[in-house]
Amino acid sequence: MDSLALGADLEPEPVVDEHSTVTLFVNGEETTLTVDHRATVLETLRESFGLTGAKKGCDHGQCGACTVLVDERRVNSCLLLTVTQDGAVITTVEGLADGESLHPVQQAFVERDALQCGFCTPGQICSAVGMLREAADGHPSHVTGPDDATGPVALDAAEIRERMSGNLCRCGAYPRIVEAIEDVIE
Amino acid sequence: MTTQAPQFPGAPVVRREARDKVTGTARYAADRIPAGCLYAWTVPATVAAGRVTAVRAVDALAVPGVHSVLTHDNAPRLQEPDDPILAVLQDERVPHHGMPVALVIADSLEAARTGAGELHIEYERDPHDVTLTEDHPGLYTPEEANGGFPAVRNRGDVEKALAASPVQVDATYRMDALHNHPMEPHAATAEWSDGHLTVHDSSQGSDKVRGSLAQAFGMSPDHITVVSEHVGGGFGSKGTTRPQGVLAAMAARHTGRPVKLVFPRAQLAEVVGHRAPTIQRVRLGADLDGVLTAVSHEVVTQTSTVKEFVEQAAVPARVMYASPNSRTGHRVVALDVPSPSWMRAPGEASGMYALESAMDELASALGLDPVELRLRNEPATEPDSGRPFSSRGLAACLRDGAARFGWHDRDPRPAARQEGRWLIGTGVASATYPVLVSRSTASAHAAPDGSLTIRVNATDIGTGARTVLAQIAADALGTDPAAVHVDIGSTDLPTAPLAGGSSGTASWGWAVHKAAADLAARLAGHSGPLPAEGITTTADTEQETADESPYARHAFGAHFAETAVDAVTGEVRVRRLLGVYAAGRILNARTARSQFTGGMVMGIGMALTEGCGIDPVFGDFTAKDLASYHVPVCADTADIQAHWIEEDDRHLNPMGSKGIGEIGIVGTAAAIGNAVRHATGARLRELPLTPDTLLPYLL
Ligand code: FES
Ligand code: FES
Repeated sequence: MDSLALGADLEPEPVVDEHSTVTLFVNGEETTLTVDHRATVLETLRESFGLTGAKKGCDHGQCGACTVLVDERRVNSCLLLTVTQDGAVITTVEGLADGESLHPVQQAFVERDALQCGFCTPGQICSAVGMLREAADGHPSHVTGPDDATGPVALDAAEIRERMSGNLCRCGAYPRIVEAIEDVIE
Repeated sequence: MTTQAPQFPGAPVVRREARDKVTGTARYAADRIPAGCLYAWTVPATVAAGRVTAVRAVDALAVPGVHSVLTHDNAPRLQEPDDPILAVLQDERVPHHGMPVALVIADSLEAARTGAGELHIEYERDPHDVTLTEDHPGLYTPEEANGGFPAVRNRGDVEKALAASPVQVDATYRMDALHNHPMEPHAATAEWSDGHLTVHDSSQGSDKVRGSLAQAFGMSPDHITVVSEHVGGGFGSKGTTRPQGVLAAMAARHTGRPVKLVFPRAQLAEVVGHRAPTIQRVRLGADLDGVLTAVSHEVVTQTSTVKEFVEQAAVPARVMYASPNSRTGHRVVALDVPSPSWMRAPGEASGMYALESAMDELASALGLDPVELRLRNEPATEPDSGRPFSSRGLAACLRDGAARFGWHDRDPRPAARQEGRWLIGTGVASATYPVLVSRSTASAHAAPDGSLTIRVNATDIGTGARTVLAQIAADALGTDPAAVHVDIGSTDLPTAPLAGGSSGTASWGWAVHKAAADLAARLAGHSGPLPAEGITTTADTEQETADESPYARHAFGAHFAETAVDAVTGEVRVRRLLGVYAAGRILNARTARSQFTGGMVMGIGMALTEGCGIDPVFGDFTAKDLASYHVPVCADTADIQAHWIEEDDRHLNPMGSKGIGEIGIVGTAAAIGNAVRHATGARLRELPLTPDTLLPYLL
């Protein structure tokens, strides 16, 4: 590289790397660890916990592949800095099944073939679990009628499609994903 | 070749790795975390043509955690690779924007990325040319288009026939570049150990990748293992070896540590290929009954200065409709752009958008039903070659689809149906995709404990390859698929071709069928307990796949679309999309349906939202991430149905199957465009059909 030295007489600018200690409750287990302030929850889950179920499709909050549940709400874990999550209760796709028995959303995805390459699938499943709760809690969506905005929202196909549109699937499994979620609601 | 009557059961067996995928335990290339792993971040060129003249790495190296910086000045030297796009960090030349020019390797991804931000690179810029035009002075006629097809074919006298035709269409269709964007970015984790290189690579075929790495690093393939166990989609972009494996292996060699490299999403478009933009002129001549007398399809497209790739968009016109006079040709210009490559149904997807839109225009000009027009032009033999079709189900698909869709209830007049602010229309288009097959090997093993194992280096990119190969083996062995263990996805397994060209199941399945049938015969002839080492059979389909078929072999299909166009905003919604396919035997109804509808969903993107221009000043793609390049989302899909007709074709392979992974995108955009025309009366000849392009016709 030095043969290509550019501005070799300038001193490098100092870059500080900062770390802090946080405690996370991941899939029911309490862990205290030291994290780089730049690390996202996604990066921490994958590289520090070895929980590689959550996927990195974009690292920019554009695809939903990294969706996990934080305090039971679905979030894009690539947009959360781990250092801000001290004390957070995190559920990943690895934490949904009850031992050998799959979570109903997981089971429905298998039965409906709501996946192909499977890369978006952990995010879709966590998103669906979070979404069902949001609807039950009465959160309206873009397609919720003004009169339906009180109490739990009934999820028809249009509601499901709208609420699941933050999770991209390039394999185009959407029709089966909607069917799988409908199966769970029934 | 002719086979016995296919007897394949075609049961809708559940995808065998589904449980691993829904529980997050399926491992993809970037999910490997070897001990001591370093992380690499690629630095893309910020000019479209020129040279790297200086790199200041000292600031990057001063970032805590940064291990090394590789540039063309210090990266390991490679032999001339089998694909010129793999010659990364070898010299100072920059042939296109986004070409990797440096690699920062660090203890953590955060440090690598920070280091990349601290790297200062100077360039000498050359003037660049990144704009495709139909009269570009650099256009030339190549020898061949992608797939080895002759660039130009002529039959009869097309100009004379056109001039003499009472009804003519002359239309030019345009589309910008399209990006594959599989949800899994291209990734590799590489490790050297005692001279042996192991790479977990996100690829559609690890034998292909191993060959490329062996060539680039001047090694025997025996010293390289490439694993592609689970792959998060590819759609062609992982069908040829991509630079991530080469870069990760270089970095691992340089540092003596395992290295993981994932291309950031916004860098992908410029390093993994794309569907090249095309300008397609289609001219059709017909008599007053709609019988074609002339078909001319002329394609203008672009390639890079690194390699020639010519999107074979005029090739489907050689297959589709009877006409005594025909001209199909391609011209290409080498621009300072990233190298185009395969994207789901290369050639067919672009070409059938143009041809099937032109057929709709002809139907309108004739006042003839578009389904009927297609039926009137069914050829007796393949128009270009004169070979008989092994089977041709287009007419059956059109008829069956029309009945299922309720096509014949339609009022043919354009802009005749309105529901509130929505203008409603329906459209149809045909689909086709060739039957391809490659040589493969496989082995079958029966162990003394009764277990059965199939080994073949197939790759499952989301097709359900494991599942269908188990079914094929079980069928030959007379057992249940659940009793057959299937090992795929590693170069340690018997050599097999890549998952591409919708040929995987035919190629791997043939070898699996052969090995399993052989094993069944051996087991039938065996009495008493099996020997301790069990019985193993191996198969190689070199002979079976060597000769060109005397038949023209293609899958066909028909797509029907109902669209609603917002008269106020110009927004297009696809209310219904229905495909009917004739693709030989369907081997697994469950996974096949997913592939068909998945292709149709991608066709919605092609029709309505996808397209990426190149900035003439900066020379880069203008929509590089998923916020700017709009792939379909769940809300873009409503009623999407795939059906198929039973086809008994004895000229394919022992399973009687044709490929199904790509045909779903072929013609879908045309069906939607034709429906929009029916809804609004506006004939747009450029994709995608965004609100701003439609609105002027609605005011
Ligand atoms: S990886 Fe987080 S949204 Fe794409
Ligand atoms: S299953 Fe492949 S991206 Fe969704």
